Amino acid sequence: MSAEGMGIDLNPGSRGAMAAKMLDVSDAPWVRADSLVVAHRLRLWYSVKKGIFSKPIYVKAVDGVSLSVARGETLAVVGESGSGKTTLGRTLIRLLRPTGGDLIFDGRDVASSDESELRRWFRRRVSIVFQDPYSSLHPYHSIGFILEEPLIIHGVPKGERMERVYKALEEVKLTPPEDFVNKYPHMLSGGQRQRVAIARATILNPDFIVADEPVSMLDVSVRVEILTLLKEVQKRYNVAFLYITHDISTAKYFSDNIAIMYAGKLVEYGPFRSVVKEPAHPYTQALIEAIPDPDPKNRLRPRKVAPGEPPNLANPPSGCRFHPRCPFAMDKCRKEEPPMVEVRPGVYTACWLYK
Amino acid sequence: MTMALLDVRNLRLYYQTTKGILKALDGVSFELEEGETLAVVGETGSGKSTLAKAITRVWERNVSLVDGEIYFEGEEVLHMPEDRFRREIRWRKIAMVPQASMNALNPVITIGEQMIEPLVLSGVPKGEALRLAQDSLESVGLPRDVVARYPHQLSGGMKQRVVIAMAVMTRPKLLILDEPTSALDVMTQANIMNLLKELKARLKLTYIFITHDLALASELADSVAVMYAGKLAEIGSSEDMYGAPAHPYTQGLMASMPTLRTDKQLAYIPGEVPSLIDPPRGCRFHPRCPYFAKDKALKGLCDDMEPPAFELKPWTGRRHLAACWLYK
Repeated sequence: MSAEGMGIDLNPGSRGAMAAKMLDVSDAPWVRADSLVVAHRLRLWYSVKKGIFSKPIYVKAVDGVSLSVARGETLAVVGESGSGKTTLGRTLIRLLRPTGGDLIFDGRDVASSDESELRRWFRRRVSIVFQDPYSSLHPYHSIGFILEEPLIIHGVPKGERMERVYKALEEVKLTPPEDFVNKYPHMLSGGQRQRVAIARATILNPDFIVADEPVSMLDVSVRVEILTLLKEVQKRYNVAFLYITHDISTAKYFSDNIAIMYAGKLVEYGPFRSVVKEPAHPYTQALIEAIPDPDPKNRLRPRKVAPGEPPNLANPPSGCRFHPRCPFAMDKCRKEEPPMVEVRPGVYTACWLYK
Repeated sequence: MTMALLDVRNLRLYYQTTKGILKALDGVSFELEEGETLAVVGETGSGKSTLAKAITRVWERNVSLVDGEIYFEGEEVLHMPEDRFRREIRWRKIAMVPQASMNALNPVITIGEQMIEPLVLSGVPKGEALRLAQDSLESVGLPRDVVARYPHQLSGGMKQRVVIAMAVMTRPKLLILDEPTSALDVMTQANIMNLLKELKARLKLTYIFITHDLALASELADSVAVMYAGKLAEIGSSEDMYGAPAHPYTQGLMASMPTLRTDKQLAYIPGEVPSLIDPPRGCRFHPRCPYFAKDKALKGLCDDMEPPAFELKPWTGRRHLAACWLYK
């Protein structure tokens, strides 16, 4: 796994290849250390200063999360806003520098690499599709240029670029491509814009794509099209996906594994179908119960929901962070933080109910 | 037979744009009984928000035609003098929670002041208005002292509760909810839906609930109207619409909806919503319709003549109508 890393590594100061061999993930048995992306006890704390001389406060957006994503596989990360799922996604592709823990990409340590080193090999191999296609595309740039720009940055020769732009447009079914290259984002519908964003994310043939709520701003009727497209992209290029969403029902058609986050922590991890069918953690149960399926009988009864809202990450509750909203909260939950335990083969959860 | 609370007849609303006349609403008719919840479902650009604006008469300035009739409690309100509509109907009898209105709260004014502004303007003493605002906040499950807070001190779910409190403060009969949960998390959304169910029973409200999500619509809807390109494609009771959707567009919407608990193959409707400036001739859905594509006998009919609303046999008391030539 380190061969490629050693071969291209031009930076003698990089500790990359070595770190991977030694990374010990035995405390997180759901992590497969030989995956494309491995995060171990990953931590991202934002520091906030209230005044110039005051001590900084830490907002613990990602607090000791361990997970892995293999090639050709999708991991769904699900949680409410403020659970740290977006921060996690951005940290995994190093838009943010982790403040603790290990981050391994293709056998090389990228947790502490600086930008110039990342640009040499890492940047072209990862990419992201943002939530809002209305603000993630530059309004003054034509679709052609939006797609060409990453090729220019990564030194693809001029003669080759247009051909690749056309091919990328065809792959996301914006055909015929010559109709679209000279258009501007405002001339396209939401679904078409998100296709452009997907084309941009895939044009350098990356190995890992973070899809941050790619369909939540779109009409329900368009969502399936976009999800189908992402699946096709994955099959064609064997891409690893991190699919971030707050709505498990859209993840269903796309995901192999699921990680549930609450207040910066992983609370449940396992194969998607198994977790959704029989959720172990009370938070996962609440999250699933909150999603309506179309049924005219729904209107006749109130839906069971956990009261309250996710906590402030600068000052999270003691013990289990979900305990103030949890219907099963015990004394122990208020005092001690629950570890991740295996409740069924492959399904891990952090809850004292299973200890 | 009892008189419907709201009776919309052949409502049309056109906008003047630089590219031509945009027919945002083109002949929409339906009735709504008191206490009923009608969900209006459609894609972006189907005219569902315009319908809300037409009923409350708050359309944009570039409107070029408003036509048809809207009877509210038996009285025509669409062509009533604006002054009288403002004093007697808008907000007092028909209130609205506009789309994304929680983001429209003024950041530098306290919640209380924003809530009482319309009351004070209509002559209610300030102290009395403030008490009404507090009562209203309490009825949506917020503490009374929220009146003294600023919007940035509240979470998204709380802000949404505030705008709902503003809408029910004057005890309206009809409340129009335009995508009331679209920017919220699933759990906050479920909380708001529970609140709306509870308010409806307690305050005897009639709702028009606008959404693009059929699964969410089933949380509240007694009946469902599906809009497509400025027209009603189908309307009927929830039992009919979810159990036996008739219009090909409704069927397409149902098939494209991700569900969590049931296993089904997802399908989607190919193509895009047509331009409302130059809509397709005949049935506006025919370029995307699978029946039209398959059945040669429909050529020359669907792409030439506009289908009227055909009556179908309903399960329940509410009429089931579908504007589709398959049912002639």
